[in-house]
Amino acid sequence: MALVVFLIAIGAAALSENMIPPSHIQTIDPTKVAQTPPFDRPGLRQTGQRQYEAYLLAHIFAFTPPHITIPVGSKVTFYTTSPDVVHGFFITNTAVNMMVVPGWVSSATHVFRRAGTYLLLCNGYCGSGHHYMYGTIEVKG
Amino acid sequence: MEAHVRRENRLVLAHLYVATLALMLGAVFGLLQSLSRARWVSMPSSFDYYRMLTAHGVLMAIVFTTFFIVGLATLLTYRAIPRDRSLALGWSAFWLMTLGTLAAAATILSGNASVLYTFYAPLKAHPAFYLGTTVLVVGTWLVLIDILANAVWFWRTQPGRRLPLVVHGSACTFVMWFIATIGVAIEMLFFLIPWSLGWTPTVNVMMTRMLFWYFGHPLVYFWIMGAYLIWYNIIPLHYGGKIFSDALTRVAFLLLLILSTPVGIHHQFLEPGIAAGWKWLHTMNTYGVVVPSIMTAFVIFASFEMAAQRKGVKGFWATIRSLPWTNPAFTGPALGMILFIFGGFGGIVNASYSMDAIVHNTMWIVGHFHITVGGPVALTFVGTAYWLIPRLTGRRLFAPKLALAQTYTWFVGMAIMSTAMHWAGLLGSPRRTDDVTYFGVQAAAAWMPHMRAAAIGGSLLFLSILMFAAVAFGTLFTARDETQVIEVAQVEEHAALTPAYLDRIGTWATVAVVLAVLAYVGPMHELLEAHVYGAPGMRTW
Ligand code: HEM
Ligand SMILES: [Cu+2]
Ligand SMILES: [Cu+2]
Repeated sequence: MALVVFLIAIGAAALSENMIPPSHIQTIDPTKVAQTPPFDRPGLRQTGQRQYEAYLLAHIFAFTPPHITIPVGSKVTFYTTSPDVVHGFFITNTAVNMMVVPGWVSSATHVFRRAGTYLLLCNGYCGSGHHYMYGTIEVKG
Repeated sequence: MEAHVRRENRLVLAHLYVATLALMLGAVFGLLQSLSRARWVSMPSSFDYYRMLTAHGVLMAIVFTTFFIVGLATLLTYRAIPRDRSLALGWSAFWLMTLGTLAAAATILSGNASVLYTFYAPLKAHPAFYLGTTVLVVGTWLVLIDILANAVWFWRTQPGRRLPLVVHGSACTFVMWFIATIGVAIEMLFFLIPWSLGWTPTVNVMMTRMLFWYFGHPLVYFWIMGAYLIWYNIIPLHYGGKIFSDALTRVAFLLLLILSTPVGIHHQFLEPGIAAGWKWLHTMNTYGVVVPSIMTAFVIFASFEMAAQRKGVKGFWATIRSLPWTNPAFTGPALGMILFIFGGFGGIVNASYSMDAIVHNTMWIVGHFHITVGGPVALTFVGTAYWLIPRLTGRRLFAPKLALAQTYTWFVGMAIMSTAMHWAGLLGSPRRTDDVTYFGVQAAAAWMPHMRAAAIGGSLLFLSILMFAAVAFGTLFTARDETQVIEVAQVEEHAALTPAYLDRIGTWATVAVVLAVLAYVGPMHELLEAHVYGAPGMRTW
């Protein structure tokens, strides 16, 4: 009985909106990423007051662009894809954590409430230079 | 020993010693990994970290566990159904598994398959890696046929008698394994092998991932079922206990049979291309498969308690103290159970969406599976080897004190290593990464103390595995002693009668297949419907 209540509670919590995992469904030709907008011009775009969209490419063995700077309190929606193998896209100390699969676009949103340097790293093994694959997100106070 | 028993023992020993060799080699790599991550060792480019990590994953997660479980299930089935049988099928399985393993291992160690044990496309390994692993899996299917053939022989020749409990458990384990490995077999035969041979130019990456995890999660339950075979049927012998209930034991195995497969997508929470609803469905199913484990905890403690009561011991701590803490065949599984309690909590965390986003692909996950498979499962197997090997070789156990110390060393080493890994993971340290200093970025500096603690725990674990190897191989040379017998625990006299439908393995297997199909037909259909671009293969190492 306790178990049933527990399952219902977890089930309901999982359904509540802010817990929906990144499940973006959008395909892209992995052999033509460099020619396909918006990934032909990767980078940060401002879409409103403290609102951004960041198009970052994950490829062996780097993120492009590797560093972005935003003001504190910004809401950023990240879009990423890979032209080669599977990568990870993880910003430490946040819940931005997604797999980057060639042929698909992944997306996640985060509000950066604290200033500082966030580490963006690849947490999906991608080859011999996997541990060199990182970037930073500078959040200015 | 009768001649046919001696012949059967040789087959089982062959499996146990391949498992031991895999564990030893895997341990060398495990040690180097933990030292490399602590920056106390730096792997040369001629034998790099990821080659070694692929070998560690394959040797530990697939080879060690599978050979041990096959040896165990074969032994339990053969002893429960004694007859003068042909071992042709058993040896064919052993040789297929061994040849497959050798092909895969040679490909990995020569640097042609640094794709890790999950071999995610479009990383493209040499075809011998995919072919070798497939042959290993096909070998295990012969084991299923062997177990079922023995069960059928039993039903035919002894109508009206219940299928022995250990045969029921072994059959459930291998039917579940068969249903699960169909996924990886399809992935290999229809996707990866033709693509690695150059017959198809590109591969559907998301489909291969879904097929992999269709297999990858039940793989975990395969290990657990192997450990449960021992927890239910063998360890009561060590404390003078009995099996609490015949019916509950059968129910636990049947639940694992039907619930292990429709859960795999919980490994794919953070992937694009799979609708959130499917992720939710698989998460709910994952909580369902916790039920047989909670049942097992209850049944095992009840068995401890009833044994203690017969000796006039009462109360929780007195019951615990009354157990044989100096018998390594008991302390291995029992210390493993203690680790499993922590592993279980961690597992519930992993399966929740919001937590998974924080710990996915971090060291937390590595900490989690070392405290589940590397703890309860491996320590149960290692401890049980101290009981099995002397009985199979007809010799005395070599250095019993060393064996006892080995189980405690493992427990301490694993507790240290796993705790440090969990902690580093919460701080964001990624898994499957050689050097986690990121050129001195500040956020990464906080992980280093934990990486060093993990390396200390890992060194203790390595030492423990050396001790095990010394005992396992030492026992080949000790004095003969054929008085030790292999038996399984009896059921408590008051155990409730077992309903006959619990033995209808065919019916339960059908239920398992239906549930697996229901869980996967939707997400797979969506993947096939979507306009998917294939990805060409790549060798990035
Ligand atoms: C000497 C004992 C051991 C040590 C020191 C050790 C250490 C490690 C370390 C440090 C990693 C993580 C590497 C990384 O993600 O960068 C790892 C991965 C792993 N270990 Fe162990 N381990 C040991 C024993 C075991 C055992 C007994 C098992 C299972 C039966 C096991 C199964 C695994 C698996 C499946 C992985 C994941 C491989 C991957 O991510 O591809 N290990 N081990
Ligand atoms: Cu990477
Ligand atoms: Cu899992």
